Amino acid sequence: MEIRVMQDVLGKNDEIAAANQARFQQQGIFVLNLMGSPGSGKTTLLERTLELLKEDLRVAVIEGDLFTTKDADRIEKHGAPVVQINTAGGCHLDAPMIQKAMKELEGQAIDLLIIENVGNLVCPAEFELGSDKKAVVLSITEGDDKPLKYPLMFKEADVAVLNKADLLPYTDFDMQSAQHDLQTIHPGIEILQTSATKGEGLEAWVNWLRAQVQAKKEQRV
Amino acid sequence: MHEMAIAESILDIALDYAKQNQAKRIAEVGLKLGEMAGVEEESLRFCFASVVQDTLADGAKLQIEHVPLVGRCLSCGKEQRIEHYAFTCPWCKQGVLEIVSGRELQVAYLEVD
Repeated sequence: MEIRVMQDVLGKNDEIAAANQARFQQQGIFVLNLMGSPGSGKTTLLERTLELLKEDLRVAVIEGDLFTTKDADRIEKHGAPVVQINTAGGCHLDAPMIQKAMKELEGQAIDLLIIENVGNLVCPAEFELGSDKKAVVLSITEGDDKPLKYPLMFKEADVAVLNKADLLPYTDFDMQSAQHDLQTIHPGIEILQTSATKGEGLEAWVNWLRAQVQAKKEQRV
Repeated sequence: MHEMAIAESILDIALDYAKQNQAKRIAEVGLKLGEMAGVEEESLRFCFASVVQDTLADGAKLQIEHVPLVGRCLSCGKEQRIEHYAFTCPWCKQGVLEIVSGRELQVAYLEVD
């Protein structure tokens, strides 16, 4: 006998992601899923972001790592509410983890929630968290061939932040080629060049974030 | 990636539906797998064969229907196969291709006794 099923395998995660999104919508929180390889500069970029936005926006952070609270400790120094999720081996964050982490942020007034995903260009692209937008940090030293090697990640991301741009003179990273490949996989993707450590290109990045938060607030009205 | 976790989710869905229909044995599980679902077929088959052992789906055949990556141009409306992850329409040269199929990861049907 044949039984018709038609059930998405990742359906449960997607349901919880939708519930997360509804809750964020209700609370007026703009949520960014920040992804990228280990060492691409996500946490450093986040630290700079907190410094630049602290006067205008209430920012909270959810940190995702296999082990340690190293990243949450760094964020805490900037005075932002932060929750560290340790996956103990899991290579990506999923919607249930975010739902659970939000309990620790209950009662906080938040304009912008940045979820720093586990360092990985593969798996985080497949698991919805309920975020409004997705950003991928690709550092210059990783090579200009990465977009085509990891098409799903660059297709999912709304913005690609090409970080460590100060190292361009010391590598053979072909910027034109990388941008061409990014536009091939994701026509219209926003591309920014930054150096989080040197503080370059950060105005454009925080302005992009400010615009997203503003657009979300206007949507609610 | 996560073919083992995906195999477990497929089994959970299959066992759930089998129970609802009072099935004694699951002989076949039909899966729709999109070209851009990010799942490696051989790895999935290996994991599936492993997780179904000693369950109602022990020895069940995993029948995979491959769904090609197809897009529709938002400018000219032409529907076409997306090659090499290039999402700009090769026909009108300017429109963006919206995915119509190719991201599926879905249990479609079960064959049960």
